Amino acid sequence: MLEKNCSACHNPCSIPDISKAKKGINEQLIREISAQKNEPAWMLDYRLKAFNFFKNKKMQTWGPDLSELKFDDICFYLKPDSLKFDGNSKNDSWEDVSKDIKQTFDDLGVFKNEKEYLAGLGAQYESEIVYHNLKKEWADQGVIFLGTDQALKEHPELFKKYFGKVVSFDDNKFSALNSAAWSGGTFIYVPKNVKIDIPLQAYYRINEQNLGQFERTLIVADEGAHVSYVEGCTAPAYSTNSLHSAVVEIIAKKDAKVKYYTVQNWSKNIYNLVTKRALAHENSTVEWVDANIGSGITMKYPSVILAGFGARTSVLSLAVSGFKGQVQDSGAKAIHLASDTTSKIISKSISSNGGIASFRGKVKVVKGAKNCKAFMECDSLITDNLSRADAYPFLDISESDTDVGHEARVSKIADEQIFYLMSRGISFKDAQSLIINGFIDSFVKNLPAEYAIEINRLVEMELSGEKDVK
Amino acid sequence: MKDILLTIKDLEVLIKDKKILNKINLDIESSQIHAIMGPNGSGKSTLSLTLMGHPNYKVTSGSMFFDGQDIINLPVDKRAKKGLFLAFQYPYEIEGLTLKSFLRQSFNSLYNGTEKELNFDQFEDFLKEKSDSLNIGSEFLQRSVNFGFSGGEKKKAEILQLAVLQPKLAILDEIDSGLDVDALRVVCDSIKKVRQDNPEMSLLIITHYPRILRFLEPDFVHILKSGSIIESGNKDLATRVENEGYK
Repeated sequence: MLEKNCSACHNPCSIPDISKAKKGINEQLIREISAQKNEPAWMLDYRLKAFNFFKNKKMQTWGPDLSELKFDDICFYLKPDSLKFDGNSKNDSWEDVSKDIKQTFDDLGVFKNEKEYLAGLGAQYESEIVYHNLKKEWADQGVIFLGTDQALKEHPELFKKYFGKVVSFDDNKFSALNSAAWSGGTFIYVPKNVKIDIPLQAYYRINEQNLGQFERTLIVADEGAHVSYVEGCTAPAYSTNSLHSAVVEIIAKKDAKVKYYTVQNWSKNIYNLVTKRALAHENSTVEWVDANIGSGITMKYPSVILAGFGARTSVLSLAVSGFKGQVQDSGAKAIHLASDTTSKIISKSISSNGGIASFRGKVKVVKGAKNCKAFMECDSLITDNLSRADAYPFLDISESDTDVGHEARVSKIADEQIFYLMSRGISFKDAQSLIINGFIDSFVKNLPAEYAIEINRLVEMELSGEKDVK
Repeated sequence: MKDILLTIKDLEVLIKDKKILNKINLDIESSQIHAIMGPNGSGKSTLSLTLMGHPNYKVTSGSMFFDGQDIINLPVDKRAKKGLFLAFQYPYEIEGLTLKSFLRQSFNSLYNGTEKELNFDQFEDFLKEKSDSLNIGSEFLQRSVNFGFSGGEKKKAEILQLAVLQPKLAILDEIDSGLDVDALRVVCDSIKKVRQDNPEMSLLIITHYPRILRFLEPDFVHILKSGSIIESGNKDLATRVENEGYK
């Protein structure tokens, strides 16, 4: 490993030496990425079609201001130098991972978690998956848990059958960008009736500035299968912007159950523009639990298409916007295409120190989808006069027998609440965090215990401005 | 002579430039019960909130000494640490914060690093003992602080805080408001129990109605009217108010 002057801190440090791709994106680069990965022709075609769409598609005009995002300054593909990516590498042992990358993940507590309570773990550093491992018990039952590139190689039929079926490349500008430049991500296939009772996890890390990370995740739970998946993301703080634009597709077949947790803790300079969508078949359940704590600007609206009779979904989200310039534009969508389907969208947001949290929620019940239930709630807490919370709920109901509920609430931390707690000896700072922790309590209760503690700590750090810089 | 716990001298208090309290003088010794009585708008709640340090109330002249220290510029939490407690007329709701963790956090804030410090398990036992003695079940402790509480439950929670936090002086701000006579008796019995365990604890009862003073007998009664104490005496003064009103 080279000791070199780090471009971020200008001191000698041990950031791994990485071979940077050129900045900006063009057709040539996409061909190079595909060639380097030894991809089949159909994938290159797909990438090129997507790129064409991306080029011609205008930036969206709603939501947060993205005018500072300059695609020409972003590096679109970056492979850690130490990673010998030859298309056959399994990366299933930490032995093969460079010491510094290993250290980075160890600092994040990733090793400990893998040993203690995960069924499998993946780790992505910059553009490539550096580690992926599934416990034998599950591999023996036919569960596939791989980096997405590797899955394309090892399970080409399965891959092609499901890839791009829930989020098409022309869904939006950023799904097109991801479809053109994707690299890494997680592929999970759980066979019929296999129920994985402990979570699989992937950890995403961006270590370079001006880097785009475009991982692609695809989860397929076959009939009667159960799976939970946890995704964590971090990056060190740099002064220039990086872009994270993922696409996540979930397919829950008949009677399947998929739970997807995200703890997004990107540093302040990251644009986090993500398309996440699930397709829920008959009597299946899809749950999104989505915490957005870091990043500069996030746009993310996990969605579920309830396509089969009796399908159910819940989307619980938490957004914390803790500094001036930070925008958490998040929410959820539930599209009821079939009868007897149920959706529950519950969102909580905290705005502090000039941050903005916007909720966009959409429930659509199409004609012919009878006897549906839909509930949408957004609950915002504003801690001072500098900060803002907005809600844009949208209900589009075409069947009159739908049971619809909707609630929105914006509250401020009252001086009286602080006074009350302080009159019991609690300091101002502790009083504030008790109120905030209380506010997010109903969200945190839905997380596995290991993450619940982490979330409380992250929220506290975010709001106190003591954001971790690693 | 007993130790003087609280000394208020010529206290003048404004809210938004409007004078609410004028030349208040009051001395409270440890283990005494004082009652301040007065009609609506006489400044009773202003006095209790000023003592606790509510930021909206400005002291423009006079002094407040508590346990030997000038507390006028002391922040609210520091006053609590010195042993001052206010049972609120309208306690605030904190959704998602359980009464139990609130009590634990408060107790630790007050007593960590002192001889009264308790570790996690010791506090658990201590809290059980206190809540048992007030007939409070463990499920009540798991509820969010005052969230969805009835009027009576809010008072019960305030008294439990009093029992756990063991202040030197407890100000009871219209603790009788909104309670029928049976509920009031229960609340007063609980306060008496707390005092039995903490005989040095002084009480400052702020009330509109003399009724509460039949259950909690005061050593001194003060009549507050238009922001000034116009008369002080023993408990007979309360009886007179009961018969004749505030005049």
